[in-house]
Amino acid sequence: MGGLLASTLVYGLVSSATLLLTALGFSLTFGLSGVANFAHGGLYLLSGFTAWLLMTHLHLPFLAAAAATVVLVGLVGALVYRVVVMPVRGIHLAEVISTFAVGVAIIELFRWLGFTTYDYVLPVLVEDGIDVLGVTVDWQRLIIVAVALVLTLALWAFTHWTKIGLALRGMSQDEYTALSVGIESDWAAMLSLALGAGLSAVAAMVLFPLGIISINSGYDALLVALAVTVLGGLESTAGMIIGSLVLGFAVTLTGNYVGPRWGEVVYLGAIVVVLAVRPSGLLGKSKELEERV
Amino acid sequence: MLEVQNLLVFYENALAVNDLSLSVEEGEVVGVFGSNSAGKTTLLNTIAGLTLHLQNRERRRGGMRITLGGRILFEGEPIEGLSPRARVERGVVLCRERHPVLKDNTVEENLRLGGYLRSRREVKQGLEEAYALFPPLLRLRRRKAGMLSGGEKEMVAIGTALMARPKLILMDEPLLGLSPLMQSEVVRGAREISKKGVTVLISEQYARPVMPIIDRGYVIENGSQVVAGTGKELLENPEVKSAYFGV
Repeated sequence: MGGLLASTLVYGLVSSATLLLTALGFSLTFGLSGVANFAHGGLYLLSGFTAWLLMTHLHLPFLAAAAATVVLVGLVGALVYRVVVMPVRGIHLAEVISTFAVGVAIIELFRWLGFTTYDYVLPVLVEDGIDVLGVTVDWQRLIIVAVALVLTLALWAFTHWTKIGLALRGMSQDEYTALSVGIESDWAAMLSLALGAGLSAVAAMVLFPLGIISINSGYDALLVALAVTVLGGLESTAGMIIGSLVLGFAVTLTGNYVGPRWGEVVYLGAIVVVLAVRPSGLLGKSKELEERV
Repeated sequence: MLEVQNLLVFYENALAVNDLSLSVEEGEVVGVFGSNSAGKTTLLNTIAGLTLHLQNRERRRGGMRITLGGRILFEGEPIEGLSPRARVERGVVLCRERHPVLKDNTVEENLRLGGYLRSRREVKQGLEEAYALFPPLLRLRRRKAGMLSGGEKEMVAIGTALMARPKLILMDEPLLGLSPLMQSEVVRGAREISKKGVTVLISEQYARPVMPIIDRGYVIENGSQVVAGTGKELLENPEVKSAYFGV
């Protein structure tokens, strides 16, 4: 296989898994509660710095710090619902504005506190790499692919096979029918925000070790999540996977043939084109998100 | 078992339920009859706690002003301030109008959701009972509920409500839009439910199809009770007879 083709295939897949992982929390929360959590990027960045602080100041090993971060950020997600979203629940524009404000506040707080240098890094889980189709790939990138796959399957199983997952899906489809059998609307929405926030933390734990924890990665994470969710379509796991693959390969090809700086243009272009041509996304059923972006 | 006392519901300045009182004894099947916008759905939603939930939601977001008044007693205890969940836990379960199902879920997933507050053993037992009550559901259990006919959806909706193990089931216009054959099937289901000891409060626009199973009935207009009595007494009232019995 030609070097460039193999490289495009392997890194396209890695890039797709990265996007899927980044978007999973945002998409899950929107799919289950209808809340477009625009604090997603802020929570992603918060996760990175929380893990770094736990490791640096409490001297926790990385895996312990990562586990604690997922739980802590999940709780922050629940708190965001309780304090910020709940009072405006159902007013979509207010939900977007209030969660976006929280996200920006988190990101800019870290900037204000001076977390702007290149000192903030998380360790990779496994050093070195292996050859895949003649292309050298480091283990951390393969871990990203594995985590993305496992999490996607686990979430599907959770929402289809568990009582709580069924309740969340029920609430997402028909709130009043779900209420009629005893499911609490605010509890379900709070749980979906907590789960989404926890997933953004998981993404941060495996993605940040590839580089540094930079302030702008919070904004980038939100942009990626929006692009994947809008492209793939809402409430569709298959759509999200396809959206990630399309964008992942588009970004890799653009990076290989045009230049790596054009990645953001691909994301923004995808959002604009999909909203103009097929607002419900590739496999989506709802046409709500475009009204909120 | 259920006593509704002087119930009042305002949506902004529109009076949906006006000083309405009714009672349902344990083991009875009681009908509530009335035309469109008579207040039947609001009455049942208020008994189930959905109107209170909506009131809280709207108050929080500064939306529509909903005013609730009166008392609702269930087994002697006031429940008008309880959440829908707390009412389900006590045994008051609503099967909403228009055959509500979760269309992206399979029939069995819908039924299982009904048992959300129940133990695994109760869910298993509830599934067996639901399939015994409506045998077609067993064959359709893996089908998406959105693909079902209106009658099949109503069976799923009733089955889902039964999975919650109600003492009192509130059935809001279960026959709406169904063929006569399906209406008979749903009425048979309601009779079976009653025989198992579940008390039934059923609302309908036309009383005739459910007459064979009701013990007593109320006719409401503009949110107020206009006539109450046994099935025989309702049938003997000429105005009620022409308006709600189609004769």
